[in-house]
Amino acid sequence: MALSKKTKEAFLGPLNANNPVLVQILGICSALAVTVQLKPAIVMGLSVTIIVALSNLVVSLIRKSIPTRIRIIIQLVVVAALVTIVSEVLKAFAYDLAMQLSVYLGLIITNCILMGRLEAYAMTNDPWDSLVDGLGNGFGYAWILVVVAFVRELFGSGKLFGLQIIPESWYVANGGFYENCGMMLMPAMALILVGCIIWFHRSINDEKK
Amino acid sequence: MKMNTESNVYTIVYSVVLVVIVAVLLAVVNQGLKSRQEANAQLDQQKQMLVALNQDYNNTDPAALYNSLVRDTLLVSEDGKAANIIRFEVEGQTKYILRLHGQGLWGGIGGYLALNADKNTIYGINFNHESETPGLGGEIVTPKFRNQFVGKHIKDQQGTIRSIAVLKEGKTADEGQEQVDAWAGATITSTGVNDMLLNNLQEYSDFLNKQCCKQVCKCTNCCKNDCTACQCGSAEDEQCCKQGGEQCCKKSDAQCCKQGGEQCCEKKCEETINKED
Repeated sequence: MALSKKTKEAFLGPLNANNPVLVQILGICSALAVTVQLKPAIVMGLSVTIIVALSNLVVSLIRKSIPTRIRIIIQLVVVAALVTIVSEVLKAFAYDLAMQLSVYLGLIITNCILMGRLEAYAMTNDPWDSLVDGLGNGFGYAWILVVVAFVRELFGSGKLFGLQIIPESWYVANGGFYENCGMMLMPAMALILVGCIIWFHRSINDEKK
Repeated sequence: MKMNTESNVYTIVYSVVLVVIVAVLLAVVNQGLKSRQEANAQLDQQKQMLVALNQDYNNTDPAALYNSLVRDTLLVSEDGKAANIIRFEVEGQTKYILRLHGQGLWGGIGGYLALNADKNTIYGINFNHESETPGLGGEIVTPKFRNQFVGKHIKDQQGTIRSIAVLKEGKTADEGQEQVDAWAGATITSTGVNDMLLNNLQEYSDFLNKQCCKQVCKCTNCCKNDCTACQCGSAEDEQCCKQGGEQCCKKSDAQCCKQGGEQCCEKKCEETINKED
C-alpha cells in the first residue's frame, strides 16, 4: 500500500523532527511518573499510542459535525470514554497489567499530547491521516519514555525489566565498589534526562539546518 | 440540506446525544465485563494469599491450589461482623491468614500475614500497594523485603502483642519486640508497613489472645470470637465448651441459645438470656 507523502509525514514527523516530547514539550508530567522501570514505561507508551490513535480516528470521523464552541468538551468526552473502556477491558483480560497501571491509566486523560493532537490535527484532517498521526505521536512519546526508563532502571536499581544486570558482587554491601544512584529514582532525574535528550536532539537537528 | 452546526439548538442537542451515547456505551462495557473483573479480582487475592503461604503457583492452577489449602473463614470481632481471618492447612499444619491494610507514601498499602497455629510465629507475608514509587517504596513486594519477616514472632515472651518493628539499619527495637530492616530510601513506606502491622495486629488481638475454642470448636454463634461456621450444638461444639468455650460464650449468645445452643453453652446462655430479658 503506497502511502501519500502527507501520511508518511504524519507518521515519521513525530518520531523525530516534530517529536511531541522533545520539540513540543508535551506529556512531560507522565514521562516523569512512569519511567523508573522499563516495563511500566513501555506499557504506558503503548497505552498512550492506542488511545491517541483511536481518539484521533473518532474525532476525525465526527469532526464535521462537532459544534465549534463545544469542541474541546466533545474531544474530552471521547478521550475519557476511550480511556475508561480500555481500563475496563484491561481489568477483565489483563488484570495484573491493569493493577500496575492503575493510576497511570487515569493520567492518560490528562496527557497534553492527546488534546494537542485532537485539536491540531484530527479536527482538520481525514480519519486515515489522523489515525496515522496518532500512531506516530504515540510512538514518538513511547520511545522517549523507553530511553529515559532504560537509563533510570539501569543506574537506579541495577536492573533491566526487573532482572539484575549489574552483578551483585560489585555492590559495596557485598564487598564491591558499586552503589546504585538513588538520584535516578527521583522524578527530578527524569526531567534532567529528558533535558539532556532534548539538548542532544536539538544540537543534531540544528546542524542539519 | 446542510445543517447549521453553530446554532444553539444544534449545540445542545449534539452534546445531549453524545453524552447519552457515551453513557450507554460505558454502561454496556461495564456490565458486560463485570463478572470477569470480579473473578480476576478474587483470583488476584487468592494468588496473594498463596504467596503469603510460601506457595509457588506458577506451574499449577492457582485457584485449584488455593481451594486445596483453604479450610474456613473465622469470625473474630466481638460483634461477629469482621470475617478477616482465613484458616488454611499447609502440609498438615494449620495456618491463619490475616488481612492487613495501611497507608504508604502515595496511597494505600496492604498485605496478607500468614501465622502458624501458635498465632505468634510468622509463616509468610505478602505486601501490595496502590502507588508506591517503583524502585523505592514499591520494593516492599519483593521477596528480599518480605522474607525478612519469616520466622519472626509477633508476641513477646509474656505473650503480649508487640508486632514487628520495621527499622532503619543500625536502629534496634524496644525490648521484647523483633525487627526487620526498612527498605533503604523508602522511609515513609517502611514506616507505613511498621504502623500497618502494629495497628492491624492490635485489631486482631481478640483472635490472637483468645485461648478458648481450639481447633475442634466449629460453632460461630456459640463462640463468635474464634470459631468457624457450623451447626450449633454439634458434637464438636460440646467438646469445645468442655474445653473452655464458656469463656467466649459469655456475651453474645442469646441468639445461639435460641437456636438450640443450650446444649453447648448451658448455664452461661441462660444467664445471658435472663439478663437480656
